[in-house]
Amino acid sequence: MMSTATVRYNFAFLDEQTKRMVRRAILKAIAVPGYQVPFASREMPMPYGWGTGGVQVTASVIGQTDVLKVIDQGADDTTNAVSIRQFFEKTAGVATTTSTADATVIQTRHRIPEAPLVSGQILVYQVPIPEPLRFLEPRETETRRMHALEEYGLMHVKLYEDIARHGHIAKTYAYPVKVDGRYVMDPSPTPKFDNPKMDRSPALQLFGAGREKRIYAIPPHTHVVSLDFDDHPFERTKFTEPCALCGATGVYLDEVLTDDRGGRMYVCSDSDFCERQRAAGFVGAEPDAGTPHLRRGTT
Amino acid sequence: MISGNADSPLLRAEGLTKHYGNTVGCEDVSLTLYEGEVLAVVGESGSGKSTLLSLLSTHLTPTRGRVLYRMRDGRERDVFDLTEAERRVLLRTDWGFVHQDARLGLRMNISAGGNVGERLMAVGWRHYGNIRQEAVDWLSRVEIAHDRIDHRPTTFSGGMRQRLQIAKNLVTQPRLIFMDEPTGGLDVSVQARLLDLMRGLVADLGLAAIIVTHDLAVARLLSHRIMVMRHGHVIEAGLTDQVLDDPHAPYTQLLVSSVLQV
Repeated sequence: MMSTATVRYNFAFLDEQTKRMVRRAILKAIAVPGYQVPFASREMPMPYGWGTGGVQVTASVIGQTDVLKVIDQGADDTTNAVSIRQFFEKTAGVATTTSTADATVIQTRHRIPEAPLVSGQILVYQVPIPEPLRFLEPRETETRRMHALEEYGLMHVKLYEDIARHGHIAKTYAYPVKVDGRYVMDPSPTPKFDNPKMDRSPALQLFGAGREKRIYAIPPHTHVVSLDFDDHPFERTKFTEPCALCGATGVYLDEVLTDDRGGRMYVCSDSDFCERQRAAGFVGAEPDAGTPHLRRGTT
Repeated sequence: MISGNADSPLLRAEGLTKHYGNTVGCEDVSLTLYEGEVLAVVGESGSGKSTLLSLLSTHLTPTRGRVLYRMRDGRERDVFDLTEAERRVLLRTDWGFVHQDARLGLRMNISAGGNVGERLMAVGWRHYGNIRQEAVDWLSRVEIAHDRIDHRPTTFSGGMRQRLQIAKNLVTQPRLIFMDEPTGGLDVSVQARLLDLMRGLVADLGLAAIIVTHDLAVARLLSHRIMVMRHGHVIEAGLTDQVLDDPHAPYTQLLVSSVLQV
């Protein structure tokens, strides 16, 4: 293949054997919701932490007729999203979009789109640390045993510590969930605002962790419950003001510094949603205040 | 001192043997323990007493022999025939293990309350207020001020850590507790206070306990019966006062006479 003058890739970069291996892991992950399936993660032409796991999952499930959307913290226009989208445009030649409704495969870092997902769509998460018990129990042998025996008391110890220290469960992202009444799962660093969207979602949700070599999944319509205490129930993040650009409420907002004198505004984290709102005539308090890409940092 | 189902023992060990390659850890040790009874295992370093404790508490598998335990449902089971899940449930509910080094028994980066609450959450407690109340109760029972509940054990003194470890183990009301040199590394006044506390708790709760120690004073204060070990063998066993006041085996005589009389 390399003998021709121009460099050509197999469809979606990975060779077919690798894709079969990844697909086997995905099938197992779907069969056992929330269970972390080890897989032979490959070196990808990007650094760890940039979505190597998600890219391998996407490469394995994407077909020629699929339409791909890539978001990074909700936005289509940030470095990570743009480069992964270009990667698949180049190596798979698939159609890409920024529209949630038009996409069949959505690769995401940190967010679930505001527009409801539908049956037939696949949401692929990039996961840095798949093990929810990792910072409580450093031994992998022990965490796997704890999953096998459903010993999840320690997860509540973490939540207990939060309440003891802060008066409430202070974890706002990577908030642990129980999938299908069995496995406790780390939903990657998505804000807890998005946790309820995972519950019984009609879309297939796949999670890929490249460095940690794990794939896990939530099949469509699976029960996903955020862990909590009876007297400190799970609460979705609430925002006091609407999006400054489109005026939307009940959506996840990013805080944006607008100058060096303490000026700030809150805008939709989901850029596609925000643009659609404004196109439909919705207006926020500061509709002309900059473009979405100004507001990004990395976390 | 025997209470409850006095006619059948809580724990029975039969012919427990552990070889580390050609080295003998312990050889052909048998014992029975009834509810509410405290057994001390004494001997010098390397006599096999810690090996014995690890075998009884299933942290080691024996080369030969078996350990039978009467479960809460009254059935006697060989603890090495339990499934991994059953064994771990037993370890964190019906049993306790107090380590010499509190750092092994505690989570040092979790608050005192979290440490005490861990076992409760592991058995399904999901009400923060109740867990916290239970932790407060237990901390007061082991004489830790309630305003230390949110402090990490790293900020505790050695004696406090040991008391916290005991509270952490007792919160699920176990019937049997293993202690490995519980007073080791503590100064004598702190030791005395801890021993006093443990004696009270063991009597109040009707706990059965197996205490490994090289300190005969600890054995004298806490235990009803005593086993003297040397080179992996039990060389003498009996009522604590009897063995310490009238030792028969030459080694026991040596051990008893080598305690400094102040």
